[in-house]
Amino acid sequence: MQKVGIVEVAMTPGTESSLSLMEFTYKPVKEVLDKAGLRRDQVGTYVLASTDIMHSGMSCANAFDWDAAGAFMKPASREEGDGITAFIYGCMRIMSGRHDTALVVGLIKGSENAENDTITSCFADPFYSRPLGIQETTAAAMQMRLYLERYGITEEQCAKVVVKNLGNALFNPYAHIKKRVSVEDVLKSERICDPLKAMECAPKSDGVCAMLLASEEKARKLTNNPVWLKGWGSSMDTFYLGDRDLLDTQLKTAAVGAYKMAGISDPRKEIDVAEICEPYAFQELLWCEELGFCAQGQGGKLIDSGVTQIAGDLPVNPSGGVLATNPYVSRGLYRVAEAALQIRGEAGQHQLDKKVNTALACAGYGFAGQWHGVAILGN
Amino acid sequence: MVEAVKSPEFPVKEYKTGNKDTVLPYNWALGPTWTKFFNGLKEEKILGTRCKKCNRVLVPARTFCPSCYKDMEDEEWVEVAQEGTVETWCLVNYKYYGQPKEPPYIIAQICLDRADCSVTHFIGGFDLSDPDKVREKMKSVSRIKAVWSKEKHADIYDIAYFEPV
Repeated sequence: MQKVGIVEVAMTPGTESSLSLMEFTYKPVKEVLDKAGLRRDQVGTYVLASTDIMHSGMSCANAFDWDAAGAFMKPASREEGDGITAFIYGCMRIMSGRHDTALVVGLIKGSENAENDTITSCFADPFYSRPLGIQETTAAAMQMRLYLERYGITEEQCAKVVVKNLGNALFNPYAHIKKRVSVEDVLKSERICDPLKAMECAPKSDGVCAMLLASEEKARKLTNNPVWLKGWGSSMDTFYLGDRDLLDTQLKTAAVGAYKMAGISDPRKEIDVAEICEPYAFQELLWCEELGFCAQGQGGKLIDSGVTQIAGDLPVNPSGGVLATNPYVSRGLYRVAEAALQIRGEAGQHQLDKKVNTALACAGYGFAGQWHGVAILGN
Repeated sequence: MVEAVKSPEFPVKEYKTGNKDTVLPYNWALGPTWTKFFNGLKEEKILGTRCKKCNRVLVPARTFCPSCYKDMEDEEWVEVAQEGTVETWCLVNYKYYGQPKEPPYIIAQICLDRADCSVTHFIGGFDLSDPDKVREKMKSVSRIKAVWSKEKHADIYDIAYFEPV
């Protein structure tokens, strides 16, 4: 496999921006180009991630995004779903040998959008699931109840994820929600969708993430500190909740694919840090199981053990994760960017106090994690 | 089918802010299989289709078996039971723009007898105002059955909800 390197990343804070969507998109793209010392026309290809329904409801992604990203008069395309697939698409364009640089941008202003649950209702079929109120929160709440009942995971263990991630976010200048909270605070927060509590659900955040990728030769010219793509896997599950076992998601399949490509046989030992996509607190525990960080049903014990804390053996979401910052569509690209910064030793105040050689970034979307993508990065 | 329950309020911003609701008309074809399924609901029947390859009965009825990836359209239609067990559920107790009904309400995955997948629907027929009492009540529920709406429109609301037997 041809090597592809992450050369530079830039991202915006997750808090509400008063800039227009177009101005907001321009800034981090310009920052990445300036850091790399490139003009926009010197970039080989552009891949953008945005979704019209979440494009502040304006739809007009083509009106704003291409100019803002400096991507016009270039081989450029846009994808929906999650920004992590724009990342992998950019990598593939470089692997094709056709381009030696790719600029990947994920963009959203959550603050301008309708509520997450209103929007994700539209992800349900309009005849059966949508009129019954299925959206990401209700689907997750049903998945959570199964998780609690089948494996005896406790609500306290789920709440610990919120305590950890919002606490980690205190040290991340790009995080949206950051605070010290206790397990009791989480458990006492509004029972919006029992068993889910309000504090266990991700916010809707603003967020543009821009990332410059390059071929091995070019990357070494542009930076002293490239981060390489080592592995990738993804998988999509069938749609209807009733056709699936909600505790047996395609994250397992995605992870197996990524580990195989990266030559990882013991993820718990070989991965130094993981940035994963947990819009609902309990999902971090379930996803850790499916990523092979612990055995099935042991996600509660994993967080109890302290392993996933920022100073633990395998820190999970040192950035604060999606519970702290949820720029839907670009949130997966944020995971890749955060993982890359940890490898480079440039994560700032939330930089891990150890050498990071191998990092995992994963993203997901859909009801109860219908789709998952896993990327392995290395130095 | 989803109707707005309240108008969203936009926060005041530092710069000039544009507000706009977007309402667009669409026409969605249900196709023959789901037309037959929803017409079945109007007659108080819950219909599934059996895949001849994997032998599973899937509800709502399908035109094709997603796993075996083969036609189900001309295959066996099965009327599944109107009773079953609860696989999992949640108690919706908050408001959001466009939600289908006034909270509180329970959404559940329900395993109907003779079906090989679960179906989504509401559970009701008892007091939902206290989440702790609802948890207690749901622990004691072993079987639930469909409650039909008096007025039917051949849509998913022809079943009003499922209630404990």
